[in-house]
Amino acid sequence: MNNLATKAKITWCPGCPNSAILVAFRQAISELVETEKLKFENIVISAGIGCHGKITDYVNVNSFTSLHGRALPVMTGIKCANPKLTVVGFSGDGDSFAEGIGHLVHTARRNSDIKVFLHANQVFALTTGQTTPLSPKGYRSKSTPFGSIEEPFTPLPMLLESGATFLARTYAEDIAGTKKAMIAAITHKGFSFVEIIQPCITFFDTREYFKDRIYSIPENFPVQDKKTVLEFLTAPNEKTPVGIFYNVEKPTFEEQLWS
Amino acid sequence: MVDIFTIGIGGQAGDGVKEAGGTIGTLLAKLGYEVFVSFANPSLIKGGHNFARVSFSREKIWCDYNKLDVLIALNEKSVTLHKNELNQNAIVFADSFDLADLDELGTKAVAIPMSVSATAVGAPMIARNSVALGALGYLLDLDFKKMSEILQVVFENKKPELNIKLVDIGFEFLEKIGLSHPKKIEQGKSEKELIDGNTAFARGLLAAGLDFYISYPMTPSTSILHFLAGEQKNYPHLKVIQPENELAAINMALGVVYAGKRVAIGSATGGFALMQEAFSFSGGAELPLVVAVSQRQAPATGVPTFSSQADLRLAIHSVHGEFPRIIIAPGDSEEAFLAGANGLNLAWQYQTPVIALMDKIVSEHSTTSLINTDQIKIETGKLAEKIGPDYGRYAITADGISPMAFPGTPDMVVKITSYEHDEAGITVEEAEPVKAMVDKRFAKAETLASELDRQETIKIYGDKNADTAIVFWGSTKGPVLEAVKYLDRPVKLMQIIWVEPFDTKKVTAELASAKKIINVEGNHNAQMASLIREKTGLEVSANILKYDSRPFDPLDLAQKINILCHE
Repeated sequence: MNNLATKAKITWCPGCPNSAILVAFRQAISELVETEKLKFENIVISAGIGCHGKITDYVNVNSFTSLHGRALPVMTGIKCANPKLTVVGFSGDGDSFAEGIGHLVHTARRNSDIKVFLHANQVFALTTGQTTPLSPKGYRSKSTPFGSIEEPFTPLPMLLESGATFLARTYAEDIAGTKKAMIAAITHKGFSFVEIIQPCITFFDTREYFKDRIYSIPENFPVQDKKTVLEFLTAPNEKTPVGIFYNVEKPTFEEQLWS
Repeated sequence: MVDIFTIGIGGQAGDGVKEAGGTIGTLLAKLGYEVFVSFANPSLIKGGHNFARVSFSREKIWCDYNKLDVLIALNEKSVTLHKNELNQNAIVFADSFDLADLDELGTKAVAIPMSVSATAVGAPMIARNSVALGALGYLLDLDFKKMSEILQVVFENKKPELNIKLVDIGFEFLEKIGLSHPKKIEQGKSEKELIDGNTAFARGLLAAGLDFYISYPMTPSTSILHFLAGEQKNYPHLKVIQPENELAAINMALGVVYAGKRVAIGSATGGFALMQEAFSFSGGAELPLVVAVSQRQAPATGVPTFSSQADLRLAIHSVHGEFPRIIIAPGDSEEAFLAGANGLNLAWQYQTPVIALMDKIVSEHSTTSLINTDQIKIETGKLAEKIGPDYGRYAITADGISPMAFPGTPDMVVKITSYEHDEAGITVEEAEPVKAMVDKRFAKAETLASELDRQETIKIYGDKNADTAIVFWGSTKGPVLEAVKYLDRPVKLMQIIWVEPFDTKKVTAELASAKKIINVEGNHNAQMASLIREKTGLEVSANILKYDSRPFDPLDLAQKINILCHE
C-alpha cells in the first residue's frame, strides 16, 4: 500500500493550514482507493506556483507541477490524452485568479472533467504578502502600502456563471469537511471547484475573522437549482457558508472529444 | 533560356482568387508540369486586392516569377495594378477594360464573357473564373479531353457540371477568335502533387503518429489547424483542439505529452512569443513537443499576411534558461513534410522541444512535390522497461536520455515539475543536484550532436567546386535556386536546414574554400550571416537582404548576384 509520503521535506511555515489541506487530501484519496473507487496509478495531481504548489512534492502519486497560473490547461491536456486518469489540481488565488484567470473560466466553460482545489489565502504568500484579486479592498501590503484600491472577485458565483458543474467551499482547518468535499468533487463527473479558505498565518492571518463566521449549509441545499444557488452565493452575507453548493451533470469536454 | 510560363489572377477578396490559382495549379500539376503557386492577400475578408500567381514549366521550378504571360483580371482594378508586370506577348483576360488600360494594352487585352456566362448558366458569380480557365486551356493548347477529366475531380465538391460548362464556354470563345500563345511549354512528365508547406508539414506529423494538434489561429500557421481538424475523420485517434489562447495551447500540449500522447502545436512567431515560458518548461522538464513556428513580417502585429525571415534569432534564443533544442527550417513543401515527420520523431527520441521554423511562403505557397509517407517510421524514443516504485522520470544515464513512463502504469509514480528536480522529479534547490540535472540535459545535447552526421542538416546544390558560394535558408531556397538558372558563372549553393544545433563541421567544410560568400535572407540584420560568423568564424562577403515583407523575384535576385559576382 502506497503510504503517500515522499522523501521531500515539508517547507510550509509551521502551523500553516496548507498542512491540513494535505492531510485532508491524503485521507480523501486513501479512502477512494480503499473503497476501490480509484486506483493509485490513475491519480494525477497538478499544481501551479505559490505556497500551494509545493503539495505535489508531498504526495507520492503521479504529479505535474506546472508553471504559475498554467495548471488548468495542463490538466485538461492530461485528461484529454488519457480519460481514465483522475486529474486533481491545486491552485492559489494568485495562481488562478491573477495569472491564470483566463484558463480558469474557460476550463469551467468547457466542463473539463478535472478537479480544482483552491487554496484561498487572499494573499501572495510565497512572494512575501502582496495583494491578490481575492484580497479585500483596502488590504495593505508591501505593494499596496496605502491599501488596495481594487474590489476582489467572489470565486464561486463567477465559476457558476462560467459553467462549472460542481462547487463547494470548505475551511482548511476543518479536515473532515474538506475531505468530504474533496471526495465529492473527485467523484463528480465534470469540472469541480472547491474553494478552501486557508488563512495565511504569516502574512494575512484571518483565523480570528473566520472563527465565528464559518457555518455549514444544510444537507438539503438545492444543489441542482442554478438560480437559487446564484442568489444565495451573491446575497449579502456577514457570515461565510461552507458545504457543497452546486452539483449537476453535463457532458464533459473530454467525453465529447472522444465521442 | 528557361521555358517558364506565368499566370496571374487578380480580384477582390471573396472573388475566389486563391481557389482559381489552386485550380489552375492542380490542373497543370496533373497534366505533368512542375508548378509553383503563390498567393498574396491583405488582412481582410471582403474587398481589397488578392493576387495568385502560377508559374509552371516542364523542368523543376523553385518559385514563381513576377512577370506575367497571362493575367486573368476578375475586376478592372487588377488590370490597372498589374499591367506593368506583363511579358512581351502577354494576354490579359477580363470581362471588360477601362478605356485607358485598353489603349495601353492594345492587342494584349482580350475581353472574355466571364460574368455574363456565369449568369447565363445559373452559376454563382464566384465561378466566373472558370471561363478564364477554359480560355487559358485553349491559349496554352492543353489537351481539352484530359483537362475536362481532371476538372471533374478538381471541382468534385463545387458543382462540377456548371463549372465545366463555363470552362467549355471559355475554351470555345478563344477557339472562335483563334487566339493562341506563341510561347509553348512542352508537355511535362512529372507525377508530383501540388501541395503547400503547411499541409505537407501536417502530413509529416501524421506519418510520424501524431495524436493531438492544439492551436490558436494565427496567420500563416492557421491552415495546419484547418487541415488537421478535417483529418480527424480519417484518423480516429487524432484530436484537434482550439483553446482560448496560445498559452493554453502549449500548456495543454505539455499535459498531453505527460500522459503519453504525441502532440504538436503551431502558431506564427507572435503567438510563439506568447508561449515562451512554457517552451522553457518543455526543455527543462524534457517533454517531447513539436512547435510549428511560421514567420510573418514583425515587429508586433507587423504585416500579418506577408512574409519575413526575421525570427531566426528568436527561435534560437527563445526563452529563459539553457537546454538543448532542435530547430529545423524547411525551404519548401517536401522539406516541410520531413520537418513534421522527423521533428516529431526527434522530439520523442531526445525528449526535447523541436521547432519547425517556417514562414508565410513555405507555409502557404504550393509547389509540385513528392511526399512519401511510406519512408517514415514512428520512433517512440526510450521507454521505461523496468517498472517499479524506484522509477525516476529523470534517471541519470550515460546518454542523458531517461526512460519515459506515463501515469496510469501500476506501481509506478511519474513526477514532472517546472522546478529544478532530482531523478525522482522532486524539487531541489541545493547546488549539487541542480548542477547534476543541468549536466544531464547537456549530456543529452552531446548525444544530439552526434545526430548531425546522420541528418541532412545542410544541402549543397550547384557547382561544388565553384569559388563563389551562396548561402540561404528557409523559403529563400526557392528564389535562389531559380535565380541560379540566370547566373553568368557557376556558383556553389548552400542551404542551411538545421539552424540548431548548428552543423559547424559541415558548414565550415563547405565554406572554408570559398573566395566569396554571398548570403541571401529575408530580413534586415542578416541574422544567418551573424550565426555563421558566431559558429564558424567565417565572414560572408556580401548580403542580399529583403525586408519589405515580399518574396524575392528570381530574375531580380539573379541580377543582384551577377553584379556581386563581378565585383
